[in-house]
Amino acid sequence: MAFPDRIERTVELAHPPAKVWAALTTAEGLGAWFGNEAAIDLRPGGSARMRWSEEGYTAHMQVERVEEPAVFGFTWHIFGLPEDDPRRTYVEFTLEPAGAGTRLTVTESGFAQLPDDLYRKAYDGNTDGWAKELGELAAYLDAA
Amino acid sequence: MPPDAEALAEADIEAVAEQVFVALADPSRRAILAALASGGPATATDLADRLPITRQAIAKHLALLAEVGLVTPEPGERRRVRYRLRSAPMQVAQQFLAALARDWDGPLGALKDHLDRSAHGPATTPHPSSPGAT
Repeated sequence: MAFPDRIERTVELAHPPAKVWAALTTAEGLGAWFGNEAAIDLRPGGSARMRWSEEGYTAHMQVERVEEPAVFGFTWHIFGLPEDDPRRTYVEFTLEPAGAGTRLTVTESGFAQLPDDLYRKAYDGNTDGWAKELGELAAYLDAA
Repeated sequence: MPPDAEALAEADIEAVAEQVFVALADPSRRAILAALASGGPATATDLADRLPITRQAIAKHLALLAEVGLVTPEPGERRRVRYRLRSAPMQVAQQFLAALARDWDGPLGALKDHLDRSAHGPATTPHPSSPGAT
């Protein structure tokens, strides 16, 4: 049984899309319900970050899609993987008017992606890692 | 990667993750992997000194872990084999866990509360004479 690549949730909110959009795409909104503190440059390619002060964790996001007030998408780091891991998941919020409110769908995909280099590392039995890093450090110090 | 190779890779990834989870399900193997993670490469004898497990049992577990690629044997001092933890399979397993660890239900509940709060204000009683919300 495969683990999911994609997570999807839909919620009905008793507020118009414009209001939901503001909660999702402004620093003030994101900081009020998602993280404790947020900053966002709302344009494709813009960066955003959210901080959870209790956990001492900061998520760095890259804005991908901005179609006010219907689609907001960003990528972020896969939680739990090392900071330098290049893999990111894509999060997309879709807002549809539903009566006087909004049907909000969030999808997050990319959990099952695996770049070639990690694929190779996972199988070829190499012994890279800290020993190699430490060896490189030693070589660097020797040369200095 | 051609589609066939991709499908094969997916099955292999699943197999790698499964081996990690199977290894971690056993308390002795968990202790051995934890010792290698925290202290670096070690021989079966080193591990027997540090863990409440017999050297024989440790050697058996190490052989099994090496067979599935979770540790790598390498030459150590005095011709003893040292075992090194391989991080790549752990990262594959960790990625599987990431999908399970991601919580959207909590944040979406918080979003709903946030919107309701800001719509109704902090007051708990209705104010018929207050300016209408726009």
